[in-house]
Amino acid sequence: MGPYWNILAGLPTTVALSALALAIGAVAGVPLMLARRSSLFLLRAPARAVIDLFRAIPPIVWLFIIFFGLAETGLQLTPFNAAVAGLGVISAAYLAEVYRGGLMAIDKGQWEAGHALGLSQFHTFQYVLAPQAFRVALPSMATFAIALLKDTSLAYSIGVNEVLFRANSEAQIGSGSSLAILAFAGGLYALLSIPTALVARRLDTALRDKVAR
Amino acid sequence: MTGAIYSGWGDYLSPLLDGLKTSLSLAGASLALGLPIGLLLALAVAAPLRPLRLVCIVLVEIGRAVPALVLLQLAYYGLPSIELTLTSFVAGTAGLTWITATYSSEIFRAGIASVPEGQREASAALGVGVSDTYRTIIIPQGVRVALPALLGLAIQVFQGTALAFTIALPELLSAAYDIGNETFRFLSVLTLAGLMYVAIVIPAGIIVRHVEIRMGKHLSPELR
Repeated sequence: MGPYWNILAGLPTTVALSALALAIGAVAGVPLMLARRSSLFLLRAPARAVIDLFRAIPPIVWLFIIFFGLAETGLQLTPFNAAVAGLGVISAAYLAEVYRGGLMAIDKGQWEAGHALGLSQFHTFQYVLAPQAFRVALPSMATFAIALLKDTSLAYSIGVNEVLFRANSEAQIGSGSSLAILAFAGGLYALLSIPTALVARRLDTALRDKVAR
Repeated sequence: MTGAIYSGWGDYLSPLLDGLKTSLSLAGASLALGLPIGLLLALAVAAPLRPLRLVCIVLVEIGRAVPALVLLQLAYYGLPSIELTLTSFVAGTAGLTWITATYSSEIFRAGIASVPEGQREASAALGVGVSDTYRTIIIPQGVRVALPALLGLAIQVFQGTALAFTIALPELLSAAYDIGNETFRFLSVLTLAGLMYVAIVIPAGIIVRHVEIRMGKHLSPELR
């Protein structure tokens, strides 16, 4: 198996890492955003601290804290699980802010209309606001997904056997021009991000009209 | 675990601060080189000269599509295969400069595009040449619009310096990792390193928000 096939064989790991971290972030981002918007200080302040902390410390440092640091407390994750956990919580922090921006873009009259129709606050959020906010947030979510895909390359530093890890090993053992091998890995990331961008653009134009701003 | 998480921080502080200095120099060098290149790229992608425009578009698209970590690896581990060996600081600067130039070119482009067409028409009517119009009228206003976003980018570039750990540059994360290897207290030292990033990034973010608000007041209504 040549070096390039070996690198290609890392693609499923890269894609799985991105998909799992995005799924964790997309789900965990919702309660985090709701806590951040809460009128209760005891919910709002910790949510804000979590969001700010996860965005202020570089992702690679989080991966190190989770992989090397938590091991000392007896929580020894595999490199892959540590990367999913780290990128997942960082995604939750970023997506909570993306959701919040989406929600703020929706006309306040929608809340008032829900109230006037006798919907509870939660039902107004669930059936009226959230679907519209999701449409507004979608382009930013797609931009984030592409950034996340590129950030999965950080997992190489804690030993996850993904695209860059394989490219780096092939370059180190000298199985070909290291420049060509690393450029090939870079090209793979670029190729993966292009279809993501295309799908996002199509979804955006399809959903754009169905929002009351 | 031995002792509280903060025990030993007194001993770690000085080597970590040395690492932080390297991180800041790397960010400073990358911004000093990357921002002017980004401005040139922003002007060149709108240039009438087709080959120049294409080269610049390709440079920007590569910088956007390829992970920063891969660019650093290319500069450090890749270039020696064409007989070009860079020190880890130079390789790190090269990779982060590319990233800075790419992302700042988009910000500069948006800033320049926000200057109303009437300004260009007015200076043409006054007989001001194209290069003087850009140099003295369009670019200063465009950069002012772009400033908050550029400061935000500067923060991201500083966070990106942690990637230079992978090319053996003794920056903040490497300093923390080395201490962890000696003491087997990774959680403690990495937490302190993380707090150092926080101590720079969060105040910097607050400054950016203030600049944004001040700039908003300062600009003419059509540029807000």
